Amino acid sequence: MNSDALHPPAQALEIKSLNKTYGDGTVALRGIDLDVKEGEFFGLLGPNGAGKSTTIGIVTSLVKKSGGSVRCFGVDLDQDPARVKRQIGLVPQEFNFNQFEPAEQIVVQQAGYYGIPRALARQRAEIYLRKMGLWEKRTTSARMLSGGMKRRLMIARALVHEPRLLILDEPTAGVDIDLRRATWAFLEEINAEGTTVILTTHYLEEAEMLCRRIAIIDQGQIVEDTDKKTLLGKLNVETFVFDLESPVNKAINLDGYASRLADGSTLEVDVTREHSLNAVFEQLSQKGIKVISMRNKANRLEELFVELVESNTTQTTNK
Amino acid sequence: MSSTIVDNHSLQARLKSNLIGLQTIVIKEVTRLIRIWPQTIVPPVITTTLYFIIFGKVIGSRVGEMSGVTYMEFIVPGLVMMSVINSSYQNVVSSFFSSKFQRNIEEILISPMHNATILIGYITGGVVRALTIGTIVLMVSLFFVDTLAIYSVFITFLVALLTATLFANAGFVNAMLARKFDDIAIIPTFVLTPLTYLGGVFYSITLLPQPWETISRFNPIVYMVSAFRAGIMRDRLDAAAFDTNLGFSFGMILLFIVVLFSTTLWMLKRGIGLRS
Repeated sequence: MNSDALHPPAQALEIKSLNKTYGDGTVALRGIDLDVKEGEFFGLLGPNGAGKSTTIGIVTSLVKKSGGSVRCFGVDLDQDPARVKRQIGLVPQEFNFNQFEPAEQIVVQQAGYYGIPRALARQRAEIYLRKMGLWEKRTTSARMLSGGMKRRLMIARALVHEPRLLILDEPTAGVDIDLRRATWAFLEEINAEGTTVILTTHYLEEAEMLCRRIAIIDQGQIVEDTDKKTLLGKLNVETFVFDLESPVNKAINLDGYASRLADGSTLEVDVTREHSLNAVFEQLSQKGIKVISMRNKANRLEELFVELVESNTTQTTNK
Repeated sequence: MSSTIVDNHSLQARLKSNLIGLQTIVIKEVTRLIRIWPQTIVPPVITTTLYFIIFGKVIGSRVGEMSGVTYMEFIVPGLVMMSVINSSYQNVVSSFFSSKFQRNIEEILISPMHNATILIGYITGGVVRALTIGTIVLMVSLFFVDTLAIYSVFITFLVALLTATLFANAGFVNAMLARKFDDIAIIPTFVLTPLTYLGGVFYSITLLPQPWETISRFNPIVYMVSAFRAGIMRDRLDAAAFDTNLGFSFGMILLFIVVLFSTTLWMLKRGIGLRS
């Protein structure tokens, strides 16, 4: 009987005081702590060079850590790296398969590296290539696949050993909207089946759509780590765009709200947490202005992200 | 979704998992060898055939006998060995560095395979190519010599196997340390080729004047070529023509393999050239 069955791990990933300084002296991580619960859909967000890929690199053994610890499903990475690796599937940011090998061979090989017998590997490759819509392309060399197909191939490859934790580093970068939405649906499906998912992305809409818990990393530090609802609750100001029925010629003043006309029939209004949208509609009605539609100017998470990162940059600069 | 193999962490399960991993690397390497056969198999065979024609037929006919056999017969083991050394080294250095360059080496680095499994897998790929080409070159030599009676198939095969193992391992180290394609050409061009040419392929080092004979004895390839030649024609060569003692040759090759293999495992554990 294995020890996991006796003591089911509560955490899929536990990162403590993780540090990384590269050989050229670049400090990529400054003692980050991160906990991801089993079954979570977790988003790790941050600007370029914040330390996202370094964190993922350390967890997947592609980067050597300078200090701290990583545990995956209760197993310490330093104590038993093979056992940790077996539980993780990685979809990297850049295409990293042999461009000259056919799609099926790439997936079957990956299964073999994880100790899956060839017959079973072939069955699994068929399952995941079909799920990714690539079965018809199984004999095609990877280099002949489109960008979107290559991304899907990397997802199929990462799933073939059926990991408990799937890490995706910018999985929909450069992918068209249809394919992006299909990928989201698939990730939600495998998360619902029990696979813990960690996602890094530049598309904050993606994180807002999928992730139930979000951490924001900047300059090698975690600046926020909470559930999505709490995080969005911290958003101080949201900008709404109102499409007006008829063009207006002069500025519209709304008591208690900053507003501006983007063009004659488009009004932008900043709404703080203390104010409601109802009052905006009331004031517009009183002025005889009819609204035909309304939307957020930017993704809510995007506004918060910019706010948090700018705040962290200011604090770091002032130190 | 959970794997059926995830919860099985016994030593036996890990061993089985690594054996499947090893099989996967070997199949991948052999598939690559076959897929790009015009690059991997044809060139060394053509080059060696040219050596047979130029050195064996044209020049060799004027040299006469060497160490009790015709010059053509004398160079056959040396040329086979040269093919074995170059092929084993080239196979691993180019395959592993290409994987590093295309970053598909990450597929292996993130997997639970033991470092020794990865190393043995690539070495096996190099050995398969080396023995394939060595066998083809030996068959080609039949067009140039009257008969090719092998004194000991066991010694011949074992020397070829160990030599291919050693140089496949050396190619792996070169690929680990290489940062650009130039780096994988430097060692074969400036180290391997001179050592092979000066390693008794075309002559017996006992013919060299001092201090060159003594200096040549520091060349490890001398022991490999000499042992391989002994495996093929020990009964026909002049006793004085043996460059080294057979047992000593085996001992030296095994020592080089153990030292290089251990060093490579240490390098893999440290992630030298692979993990930042």
